[in-house]
This record gives sequence, structure tokens and C-alpha cells, in this order.
Amino acid sequence: MNINDKKITPELFRHVGKDIEEMESISRPSITFWKEGWLRIRTDKAAFLALIILTLYVLLAIFAPMLSRYAFDQQDAYAMRQSFSADHWFGTDSLGRDLWVRIWVGARVSLSIGFIAALINSVIGTVLGGFSGYIGGKFDMILMRIIDVIYGIPSMIVNILVMVVLGPGMESLIVAMVITGWAGTCRFSRGEVYRLKEQEFVLAARVLGQSTFMIIVREIIPNIMGLLVTNLTMAIPSAIFREAFLSYIGLGISPPDASWGVLAKEGTALMQVAPHLLYVPAFFIATTVLAFNQLGNGLRDALDPRLRGTD
Amino acid sequence: MRNNVDQKVMLELDDVSQYFQLSRHKILKAVDHVSFKIHEGETVGLVGESGCGKTTTGRSILKLYTPNTGNIYFKGKDVFSFNSEEEKRYRKEAQMIFQNPHASLNPRMTVREIVGTGMKIHDLVKPKEMDAKVEALLRQVGLNKDHMSRFPHEFSGGQKQRIGIARALSVDPDFIVCDEPISALDVSIQAQVLNMLKDLQDTRGLTYLFIAHDLSVVKYISDRIIVMYLGTIVEEATAEELYRNPQHPYTKVLLSSIPVADPKQARKKERLVVKGEVTSPINPPDSCRFAGRCPNAEKRCFEEMPSLCDVSPEHRVACFMIEQYFRP
Amino acid sequence: MPEVVLEVNNLEFSFRTYGGVVKAVRDVSFEVRQGEILGIVGESGCGKSVTVQSILRLNPEPPGFFAGGSIIYKGQDIVKKSEREMRSIRGIEIGFIFQDPMTSLNPTMRVGKQIEEVFVGRKAVSSSEAKKKALDILELVGINEPEKRYRQYPHELSGGMKQRIMIAIALVGHPGIIIADEPTTSLDVTIEAQILEILKDLQQKFMTSIILITHDLGVIAKMCDRVLVMYGGKIIEEGDVDDIFYNTAHPYTSGLIQSIATLDTNKDEELIPIEGTPPDLFSPPPGCPFAARCEYAMEICKSIMPESTSVTGKQHYSACWLLHEYAPEVELVSVKSAEDNKTLESSSDEKAGGNV
Repeated sequence: MNINDKKITPELFRHVGKDIEEMESISRPSITFWKEGWLRIRTDKAAFLALIILTLYVLLAIFAPMLSRYAFDQQDAYAMRQSFSADHWFGTDSLGRDLWVRIWVGARVSLSIGFIAALINSVIGTVLGGFSGYIGGKFDMILMRIIDVIYGIPSMIVNILVMVVLGPGMESLIVAMVITGWAGTCRFSRGEVYRLKEQEFVLAARVLGQSTFMIIVREIIPNIMGLLVTNLTMAIPSAIFREAFLSYIGLGISPPDASWGVLAKEGTALMQVAPHLLYVPAFFIATTVLAFNQLGNGLRDALDPRLRGTD
Repeated sequence: MRNNVDQKVMLELDDVSQYFQLSRHKILKAVDHVSFKIHEGETVGLVGESGCGKTTTGRSILKLYTPNTGNIYFKGKDVFSFNSEEEKRYRKEAQMIFQNPHASLNPRMTVREIVGTGMKIHDLVKPKEMDAKVEALLRQVGLNKDHMSRFPHEFSGGQKQRIGIARALSVDPDFIVCDEPISALDVSIQAQVLNMLKDLQDTRGLTYLFIAHDLSVVKYISDRIIVMYLGTIVEEATAEELYRNPQHPYTKVLLSSIPVADPKQARKKERLVVKGEVTSPINPPDSCRFAGRCPNAEKRCFEEMPSLCDVSPEHRVACFMIEQYFRP
Repeated sequence: MPEVVLEVNNLEFSFRTYGGVVKAVRDVSFEVRQGEILGIVGESGCGKSVTVQSILRLNPEPPGFFAGGSIIYKGQDIVKKSEREMRSIRGIEIGFIFQDPMTSLNPTMRVGKQIEEVFVGRKAVSSSEAKKKALDILELVGINEPEKRYRQYPHELSGGMKQRIMIAIALVGHPGIIIADEPTTSLDVTIEAQILEILKDLQQKFMTSIILITHDLGVIAKMCDRVLVMYGGKIIEEGDVDDIFYNTAHPYTSGLIQSIATLDTNKDEELIPIEGTPPDLFSPPPGCPFAARCEYAMEICKSIMPESTSVTGKQHYSACWLLHEYAPEVELVSVKSAEDNKTLESSSDEKAGGNV
């Protein structure tokens, strides 16, 4: 840039001095943690696609059974084991039940078990892990030993035992998964709290006289929320998978109630004559698990505190 | 210069030690039998290199650690035998400003919440008046209303540090531990914060313990200076005296090592450069901690620990080379 | 005048972020001469690190990218080089020393091997020669028992020792230029003094050029021949170290000098801070970046960036409108050397003595 191009007049050299307002002003738009995370997720193609797929599945699970003219347990002796058609989009099963409706009714069960089990795991794990990490001492030691024991027993065996004792059903499935699942979240959040509790902002709260409970709730947990959400997203697919497995071996949900595991089990029996009865539920289990994992990866990148505020 | 003799003692450390057991045979002696007093209204500078125990001392005072030996008295009372009411009052009267402005503010809270928390804990204002009070505090540290609903990461280092100062002031304390409050800041910003701390001291009658590794900053802000080396106090004097008449070899080295912003002088100046590095505070020897690097160390320095002795009123040094001259 | 070894012309370097483009380095030009120590001083975010890292192409690209300009080393433009070509320049042609020795050494590799690493892929050096060179350089940087240290891992060494190793690595290939980015910032003062001493000795021994980045005017005064002062992504003052300190020609440099506490500052003296904060380079002001904080700011400063202008006809340049013929006369505060005071005092003493 050549300064001679611009008109330079003596008037321009009038003294104006400092500009207090401008000095302290912040020109960047204010942006919250979650908003920035959302912006990042949107640029991550795989995670965004996963989010769309999952939203679609959830909406279909809610509305598809209501909008269909078939009920999920409505049998039709004249239309058994049909393939895809305009009447029955995903065909019918050995009793003539409409597979489209059964898939979305099953999705309600599978998805809600996944959500609820993972959520309860997270809450129990975070609270216990949070206190254990912050307070330390004996409580911490005993809790860690209990977790070691839980880790020592193959979780599948515990799941099967619990299902045998409590009998099939959605509630017992959730109980079975919570018994084995909280330990992982607990250990994870304990590690995070350990890292945070020596941070200066936590010390500052202690110096101000904040109570231990309030420090955990206000200073620590909000700072591990991002990681917890990521963790939760990653925990959902394994809960869905486990539900499918337990239902598949006949210990989970029992027919005529449907879940994706139940549908896959029914499909296996007829694999040779009507393979779509296996492929369709298998497709939904696979895509859901894959989508959750992709979304989890995306969230981890988007909400990673180490990537933020460093520039 | 203030006359400290007839002033009331605000804080007293009596033989305080803070050890950390790292493993069965490794003890980190962060602070080792340290005693000093801080009078009302004065600024005491605590200076030393990393690992000398200055930050640990500051944190022990605010009960973030429990000392292994010794007592800490605040306004004449032992801080470790407070009842819950006294404890709460101590949390209001003694505050801290932290070293790292990027780590000392909760990243999920707005400035309003950060500055308001203390007032809420101690019921200092009605909820309705909170915003006005927070705004007034922000004004005192040169920020304004528009900053209240922003998050810490939107601010520069100097602004963050000023928010930290506002937080410490929010409960209207008498005594503040300033733990290296400017070492993470840019040069031009350091003066802003230093001036602000000085002005606040004048208007609110605050007492400071000012911890830093930079002797020129400590000299500028303090009435008295305590020099620490590997967990022990090696010298203590008024700021002027320490600068004009340093006695301990370590203090001399420290003074000479500071790079001066004057090229001609830098070209001429002969520096005392000490050999070797600060040794580890893990399992330190029970002798003079500086002996290994000291240019005039004798046999005795490697065998015994020198105690602090007076070379003049208000000037104490822990060095055998001094002590022999001033023994009665 | 010594030969120019590196030339940076109108360099522009920016970063793409979620909020938009941050222009970290804006129209920066300078040269490095044979055997000099060139200091770059400025505050965090002023673009000094980005500038020197772009000489080694160490800025992450993307999100960083060159928005213009060239960096000429030995007749070739570094901006146009591929990553592969850069590998033969880094460490061999241009050495570097970073701020944090803890993170810039490989924790799983013995110290000796890390020094020899510089020679890997260079046919002219056999492995026994490499070892000999490594041991020699360890001795030169003042490390006792080089044979023992050669076999140790970084975690076994103290901070100062690690920084000596970094210097050894930077020097062992006899590079033409060494870039030292805040080499002593993370060290204690007594160790800093040792390290600076060694760096200066070795620089004179090898006649290497050093680009030394720091925020500490004391370090600049001790080490440098020439100085660039950066602010808001631009060079605002450039000159010999004595000119910068004693004939300060930019209000920002003058402000820096007035804002630091020295051992001679008394408690009742006020420091004069530079109020406010540096501009956000997300949307830099169109005029002088310092205008908002400058007590001498004029109308023109807010709208047009001043060109770098020679101050006294010497190699001393300042980008400030105060140097324009229309601008009012202003006396900027600069350093009064303690040495000058001494000679004054002693001469007046002599006079006094003569009178008695």
C-alpha cells in the first residue's frame, strides 16, 4: 500500500489520544461451549450424517407404528413370509405380521433400553466417581476395589444370571446392564475429577469457602459434561448390542413383544426360506450401532476441552 | 517507608513444614521449618526459584494443605483449630489471586457467576442487588457491564487476571495471597495489574503476601522481602536493604542474574554466574541447601543447617559465613 | 555490511478458524545478516512466533496458510517448498530451539541419539563420526561427563540441562541460522543467565546467525545486535539495539520500556502501564494496530497504517505517523543508561574535588 495515493492533510494529524472503550472491547461474537461444539459437529460429515440417521430412526420409532394400518401383533394367515411389497414395505413374518411396524416397535424397545441403561450408568458412575475422586481416602479405596471385582467377572455372565433370576422384560434388562455398566463410567469420571481438583479455579472455590458438594456440582461436573456426553453416546450402542444379544438367546424381551434382537432371532429360524426376516433387523442393529459410534467420535473431537481456548 | 514495629501482626507462620510423601522412601520437603510474620497493611514479597516452596507456603496459609509441623496464626488465632463460624469468617477475610489466569477461572461459568459466587456463599448481597455489585467490582478492575455475560475464554490474559482479582475482592478481604499474579502476563499488562494491586491496597487497606520469582517485581511492590531456597528461608529484609546490602550468596546471585534492559550496562556488567542447578527438594540433606552451588561453601556448610540470625534489625540471614561475625 | 542470509519479504500468514480468518502476520519484511543476533520482541499474539515458525514451515497448514510474500533462503523461496524438501532444511540448514525443552525432546530416545538424528540421511557422516560430533557438542554446551549424559534419557536431566541439549541439537549440524523461540522463558533466572551465556559464546565461536524471540527486554539488551519490535502482526520498529533502547522512536516501544519494573524502581514510583489489550487479529484495525492504546494517537493513525520510515538516516526504522512532517513534535521516553549516569556522576565528582 502506498501512502502517497491517499490524501494526507495536516488536519488528519489532529491529536485524539487513547480510546478507552475500544481497548477493552471484545470483537469476537460471544459463543458458548455447546454452541461451538454444534458448529464443529456440523462440519464433521460422518458425525453429522450419523446424527441425521439417528434422528430419523427415533422419529420413525415414535410415529411409524401410529401411522400404519397394521398393529405390531396383528396376524394375517393369508400373508405369511411375504417379501417387500407396497402393502407390507418390509414384508411379513411367519405369522403374517407386518415387519415395518414390528421393526419400529422393536426400535422403541431397543433404543429406549440403550438410552435408559446408558443414562443410569452415567448418572451413578459420575456421582460415585466424582465424590470418590474428589474426596479420596477410604471411600475411594473401597470403591475402586469393588470396581476391580466387577471388572474381574465377565459381564456377560452377570447379565445372564440377572436375567435368569429376574425373568425376561425391559426392566430386568436395564437392571442387568446397570449392574455391570456403571463401573466404567465411574472409573472414567474419577480420573477426570482427579485431574480437575488441583486446577486453580477449584482451589479458588475452596478459598471462597464453597462446600464440597457445591464444588463438585458447580465447578467440576460442568467441566466433564462434554466428555460425559461423549462417553454416553459411546455407551448406548453397546447397550443396544447387549440387549439384542440377550433377546437373541431368549433371555431378553419375549415375543410377541418385539425388539431388534427378538426380530433377528425369529429371522434366523427362517433364514433359508425368508432371509429378509434376518437381514432387515440386522441392518438396523448394524446401522444404529455404527451411527452412534460415529457420532461419539465426532462429539469427542467437537467437545474436547484441550482443543478449546488454547489459541 | 512504613514502620512495622508498632503495627499489629496479621499473619504469623511458626515453624511450618509441608512434606509430601511421594513413595515409601521419597519425601518431598516443599516447605521446611519456615517462620515469618506479616503485619497489617504491609506487603511481604516471597521470592525464589521453582521448587523453593513459595507457592506451597501460600497455599498452606489458606489451608489448601495441612502442614506437617508448626502453626499458622491469623489475627492471633490458630487457623487449624477454627470452629465452623471462624472458618467461614477466615474464608471471607483471607483470599488468593492465582498464577495462571487461564486455569483459575471456571471455563463453564460466566463472569457474573465467577465474581458473584463468593458474595452468594457469604450472603453479602441480596440476589436483586447482585448484578449491580458485580458491575461495580468489574469497574474497579477496569472492565464493564458488557463483560458480565461472557465466558473466560473470550478474554485476554490480563483481563482474565483482573476478573480473578475481582473475584478475590468480592468478599471484601483483609489479606490476599498473590501467587505469582503477573508471571503469566505480557510485559505491558504486568504494570497494569501491579498498579491495580497497589491502588487497591491503598483504598482498601489490604495486606499482601506477594509470591513471585522475579526479584525486580517483588522489590517494586514489597515493603519486606523473604528469599526462599529449597524450602527454607535464606534471607529476610526490607526491600531497600535487601537490594542495597544483600548478605546471602544466593540472594547476590539472584540479584545479579536479572537481565537489565540497558544494553550498555549489559555489555559491561560482570555477572555472578553460579554453577549447577537447583537440586531436588526430594530427600534434601540436613545441611545448608545452597552449599552445593555456593562459591564460598566450607566444610561446615555441608554438615549443619544454618539458622536465621539478625545482621541488623529487620534483616535476617541464614548463612554460616555471616553468623560468625555477628555472634554475641 | 555482512552478507544477508535470510530475507523475508511482505510475509502474510493467516489461520482459518471457526470464527473467521485470523491474520497473524501482516506484511512483514526483514533480513537476517551473517553472524548477527536478531532479536524479535513483542507480546503474545503479536505474531513473532508465527513469523519465525513460518520460516521453518512449522505452523500447522491447514488451518494456517500463506496469504502472500516470500522467504528467501540461499536464493530459494521457502514458501514454495514441499514438506519433504523442508525436512532437509530443518535442523540442518536452519536449527531451532524452542521454549519448552520438556516437550521438544523425545522422551523415549537417548540424548546422544537425538543429537545424532540430525545426521541421519546425510551420507557424508559415518556413525562413529556422528557420535564424536555429538560428544564434542555436549562438551561445548557445558555438560559435564558427556559420555554419561550421551546415554541418558531426557527425563533424567534437569530443565537447564535439557535446554543445553536443545542447543546442542540446534548447533551440531553447523546451521547457517538458528531460531531460538523464547529459549529461557521456562527457566529460573540463575539458569537463564547460564544458558544465555552459552548461547552467546557459541554463536560467536561458530559465527552463526540467531533469530532470538523473547518478550523480555533484558534478554534483548544482553544478547542482540539488531532488534525488531512487533505489534499486532506487524513490525513497528527496527534498528540496532542501542537505537531501540536509547533513541526509541515508536510509542509502543517507549511504553514497554516505561512499564517494566527494574531493581532501581522505587516503591513510591508509579509504573506507567500501557492500558488496554492488544487488538484482536480476527478483525485488525485498518490503521496503526497500536492506535487505540497510544497516547499520541492522531486521526490518521486510526485509518491509515504508517509506512516504515527511517528515523535518523541510519538503519533505524519506525512505522509511526509521528515521524511525518505534519505531525507534532513529541519526545518519546527511552532508556537512560546507568553507564552514562555513572560517567556523569564521576566527572562531576572530579570537578567537585578540584574545587575544594
